[in-house]
Amino acid sequence: MNIRKAGFAPRTFMLMLMVYLLLPLLATGIYAFAQDWQNTLLPQAWTLNWFGEMFKDIRFLEALWTSLYLCLISVVLSLTVMLPAVFVITIYFPRWESFMKVIVVLPYAVPGVVAAVGLIRTYSSGPFNIAGTAYLLVGAYFVVILPYMYQGIRNSLLTVNAVELLHAAELLGARRRTAFVNVILPNIWPGVIVSALLSFSVLFGEFVLTNMLVGGHIQTIQVYLYQRMGESGHLASAIAISYFLFILVLSMVLMKLGKKMGGGVKG
Amino acid sequence: MKQKSRGVILALIPFALMVLAFQLVPVLSMLTGSFQKADGTGLTLGNYLHALQSAYYMQAIKNSLLISLTSSLIGIIVGLFCAYCITWFTPRVRDRLLMLSNMTSNFAGVPLAFAYIILLGNNGVFTLLFKQWGWSVFTDFDLYSWSGLILVYVYFQVPLALLLLYPSFYGIREQWREAASLLGAGPWQFWKTIGLPILTPAIFGTLGILFANAMGAYATAYALVGGNYNLLAVRIGSLVAGDVVTQPEMGSTLAVLLGLTTILAVYLNHLMVRRTERFGAKALSKPDVKTKSSRRLWTAASEEVGQ
Repeated sequence: MNIRKAGFAPRTFMLMLMVYLLLPLLATGIYAFAQDWQNTLLPQAWTLNWFGEMFKDIRFLEALWTSLYLCLISVVLSLTVMLPAVFVITIYFPRWESFMKVIVVLPYAVPGVVAAVGLIRTYSSGPFNIAGTAYLLVGAYFVVILPYMYQGIRNSLLTVNAVELLHAAELLGARRRTAFVNVILPNIWPGVIVSALLSFSVLFGEFVLTNMLVGGHIQTIQVYLYQRMGESGHLASAIAISYFLFILVLSMVLMKLGKKMGGGVKG
Repeated sequence: MKQKSRGVILALIPFALMVLAFQLVPVLSMLTGSFQKADGTGLTLGNYLHALQSAYYMQAIKNSLLISLTSSLIGIIVGLFCAYCITWFTPRVRDRLLMLSNMTSNFAGVPLAFAYIILLGNNGVFTLLFKQWGWSVFTDFDLYSWSGLILVYVYFQVPLALLLLYPSFYGIREQWREAASLLGAGPWQFWKTIGLPILTPAIFGTLGILFANAMGAYATAYALVGGNYNLLAVRIGSLVAGDVVTQPEMGSTLAVLLGLTTILAVYLNHLMVRRTERFGAKALSKPDVKTKSSRRLWTAASEEVGQ
């Protein structure tokens, strides 16, 4: 359907949509650079003060650091657990895949606020009392990114024809572990990196589980943003915009990587 | 042979443990919790009866259902129009537009609520501006109420609807349109008898995802209205992790009720995706179908998690 040319109506319609979608972002951006913004269409004076204050704020830097390492640990843990598991399931137990699909779809169907209820109930008493700790959060994060990791790794394995690769390697005398580490892994690595980055950016924006599970004890960037919202609008805007820019850069890297691989993972 | 299977099983153990510990056991615990009495002894249906008889909880359920339905319906209508418009652009422009909408879908949850507070809150830039200009239309508008919530919910529903719907427009072949017009059908008749019936499964499937997305949205509502507007997700949050007295059993009960509606909605989507794929399998090449469903999964998830 792409032989026709966009006429006046589609153009206006899409323009309106883009204005609608970008306006809140734009306003936050302007607010972050505005010295004082009241009663005028655009602020009267601009400043970089809010960004300066942001970087001087030790609590912000701590929250940023907490977010970074918690997300990193969760993604690395997920990689070490999921890579062998998805490999084994895809290659040796293809019949289990329908069961896997149910497990993988659960995080979509069960919203964060519902999942948090179960997690709090399970871990606030009894033998595993890890309520309010990073362990619980990392476990919860593992489930959040489960669909992305499973889908990404599985798609990469199918794209590179892992079964045939493995057969070829074994025919040439490689043991299974050697074949996995030396033949399969290097081939699926680009796809796996893309899913890992995507998972990372999803976790970076996570608020519900973080706030409900460890809100009082561990401050991630989202929790920090929520707490600063009421204090200084300008400072919070600066934080929100920096956060958004970070995610934007990350998703652009993702897109480039995805295109480079011929869309093997993201389609 | 024996050793072979041992190594294979070994690779699955950590995965099984993680899923069991952080997914299956918590869900089970929530289910049993919802049937437990407040003192933790014995089984009862009392919590459910209480939830369905209490005017307060019923209001939360009703508000959530209404807000989810309304925002999904608006989202799907706007999304349909936009998805159709997008098919008119060249692939280059189209990709740009899709990228922009994808980008804004990252702007959800706390930052989104915050942006709207800056724009339209009590001391928001536009609120003050409109007051100064004397535009009375906006004096009744209250961001921290039903209309404000709808506005913010629609914001994250529209890009999602667009991203989920536009692939199905490409399932409509140009030849069908030509054939229809050769047989004397006008554009209106084409859409009524061919276009819309083809899109219907995709529309209902997307509606399911949007509905589940809105039902589960917590961060946006929490950041915007706190506990001041009675929504199911907000209620659950304050019942299990509130500052005052927590009532985990009641929280579990409401969570199960909320979970049931979202599972139902996602199941609807699943059914519809299967129908679309069976239906479109001949028209679309195989990889296209795959791309579509995996993208559906990816974007749906990233949205949902973002809330």
